[in-house]
Amino acid sequence: MKKSLFLSVAAIVGFTAGVAAAGTLDDTIARGHVKCGVSTGSPGFSGVDDSGKNVGFDVDYCRALAAAIFNDPMAVKFTPLSSSVRFTALASGEVDILARNTTWTYSRDTDLKQTFLGVTYYDGQGFMAKTSLGVSSTLELDGATICIQVGTTTELNLADYFKANGMTYEPLPTSDNAESKQQYLAGACDAYTTDASALHGTRINMENPDDHIVLPEIVSKEPLGPLVRHGDDQWADVGRWVLNALVIAEEKGITSANIDSFADSKDAEIHRLLGTGDDDMMAMMGMPKDGMYNAIKHVGNYGEIFERNLGATSGINIERGVNNSWTNGGILYSPPFR
Amino acid sequence: MSSVKAPVEKFRLGMLLGDTRYRSTTVQVIAFIIFVAVVFWLVDNTVKNLALLGKDVDFSYLWMRAGYDINQRLIPYTNDSTHGRAALVGILNTLLVAFIGCIVATILGVFVGILRLSKNWIVAKLMSVYIEGFRNIPILLWIVMIFALLTEFTPAPKAFKGADPEASMIFFQSTAITNRGAYFPSPIWGEGSMYLLIIFAVSLAAIFFFRRYAKKLQEETGKNLPKFWISLAIFFVPTTLFYFLLGSPITLEYPYLKGFNFKDGLYVRNSFIALTLALSLYTSAFIGEIVRSGILAISKGQTEAASSLGLRPGRIMNLIILPQALRVIVPPMISNYLNLTKNSSLAIAVGYMDVRGTLGGITLNQTGRELESMLLLMGFYLCVSLIVSAIINYFNRSFQIKGM
Repeated sequence: MKKSLFLSVAAIVGFTAGVAAAGTLDDTIARGHVKCGVSTGSPGFSGVDDSGKNVGFDVDYCRALAAAIFNDPMAVKFTPLSSSVRFTALASGEVDILARNTTWTYSRDTDLKQTFLGVTYYDGQGFMAKTSLGVSSTLELDGATICIQVGTTTELNLADYFKANGMTYEPLPTSDNAESKQQYLAGACDAYTTDASALHGTRINMENPDDHIVLPEIVSKEPLGPLVRHGDDQWADVGRWVLNALVIAEEKGITSANIDSFADSKDAEIHRLLGTGDDDMMAMMGMPKDGMYNAIKHVGNYGEIFERNLGATSGINIERGVNNSWTNGGILYSPPFR
Repeated sequence: MSSVKAPVEKFRLGMLLGDTRYRSTTVQVIAFIIFVAVVFWLVDNTVKNLALLGKDVDFSYLWMRAGYDINQRLIPYTNDSTHGRAALVGILNTLLVAFIGCIVATILGVFVGILRLSKNWIVAKLMSVYIEGFRNIPILLWIVMIFALLTEFTPAPKAFKGADPEASMIFFQSTAITNRGAYFPSPIWGEGSMYLLIIFAVSLAAIFFFRRYAKKLQEETGKNLPKFWISLAIFFVPTTLFYFLLGSPITLEYPYLKGFNFKDGLYVRNSFIALTLALSLYTSAFIGEIVRSGILAISKGQTEAASSLGLRPGRIMNLIILPQALRVIVPPMISNYLNLTKNSSLAIAVGYMDVRGTLGGITLNQTGRELESMLLLMGFYLCVSLIVSAIINYFNRSFQIKGM
């Protein structure tokens, strides 16, 4: 009795340990959809529209990935994750890719055993204050109470920035963007700090956006990008190169509308990218030959995604700034597709 | 006759189940083996799967720089301190809320419980509404609701500014109630304040010995001294006298508005007030019911006998009913104190930095050590609960009827 029990226990343990061995891409193809983790709600980056459809900048990246694999941008299961559970959800396999305005940092890359695939949005931490406060610079905030979301890199940057400038502050911790906004509007804090993109998105949704000012200082580098678990390089390559393809497409002027007109282009890289030439580049990662074509066709290039979710047409009205192709004065620069 | 021997029974394996002498042992041994196997499997599975994800169990992060700030600190802490110290700051914040919450809940609960038995119809019904209201609405809603009230309906510090401010300080310009918390005057311990404290401590000891003497005197001679008034005099007179003799060594520091916030004075944050108040009110409703049941458990004959001796209702309650009711009241109080302590982990809802907020919140997030942090948290709450139970059980023994 004793012996057989231990044998069966050993068998169960051995079985559970062997589950996570197969490649994530193969698993995803077999399952029929991409498991993508997004934020619980950040204007422009992830949200739900009136018809209940997931929309946003981060959402569209996952849709492009799904379109590249399945030729269907809707083949994604979105899991909304708070900032405190996002890494656990990724590590445990609840999601296979995290596109959740997450800052790429050294310790997250190494200690948390994540692989960042690139930068989708170069952000920085900013401060928002009421116009009536009469503050025009972050350096005038000495002694202020500041609303901040717990468990984010902004919390550490805030501490570093105030220390470096010899100023003091009183943190008012909140659990998410909505609560921060409420506390800030009630006057429980003088200023609200988070990534500048989110500040712009929050400000535009306020009753009187002109009563609030996003201060000019950007106090940190916040490169936001998608990430996957350590240990599956093939899956990381797929995610990385779908992102690069979107950037290359904008650089080459390929949009979802005009993509078919490039069939007889003289640019060899375009044919390699879209799979319209003789070479099957995508086979190197185990993907369909026209994967990138489908991604751009369904979701659009980087510029289109930006414009739709964050640009003037979205109402959030964030300038492209550094988040523009290097050919247009930005710093988005993809390695060559060859 | 004497040659007949009892048959020597040979032990067979089947007797382990068939024989009632062995059966219960067999079942217990099997249950124990299964239990150990399941625990072994759970631990082994966790460790294997963690290894598969490339994660190890490592507590060294507790000695690394935390890098974040905490608003309410009972011990010195800066963002250069370690995660371990941040956890300690959180632990002290948790204990502070639990301690004050338990005291307030007990006082409120005893009043509510007694008043619910009042012969006055309105008072009794009001207390029923109080108890049912707080008992039947989730604690989280009360915490958020009180916090929202404090934040929305009090003025911002800015309203105190200017020649004709919208809001003003209360209690002779000493206390400011703002939507960030309340600022009270705080004492400054000047030279000689040490002697004053010693004198105060001696007064307290004197009160204790006086009351013991008065009790003995009453038991021996039946003479009843005015205990309350004499105690009050011992409490105030020497300390006040020496306060002026020593030249007012303790002065008050008043809060004043500077920049964005009030400076100096004692700052009690809204998050702390909301959390403590909500926990106290919620728990007091349960304690009220326990007190009521304790009083009802004492037979009516006791009250009638006491009043036939000529005792007034207040004395009947204090001298006859409550001391006996304590035997019924104290044991279920433990679980209410424990509940209050554990419920304080909802602090994050109002941004109060308790141990769940520091160790289980920010530290967990910044280091990604979920398993380690959660194990430490569970260990902490387990220890606190066991210690609280042990202390109250110790007191409980002194309330029970001796020799039972």
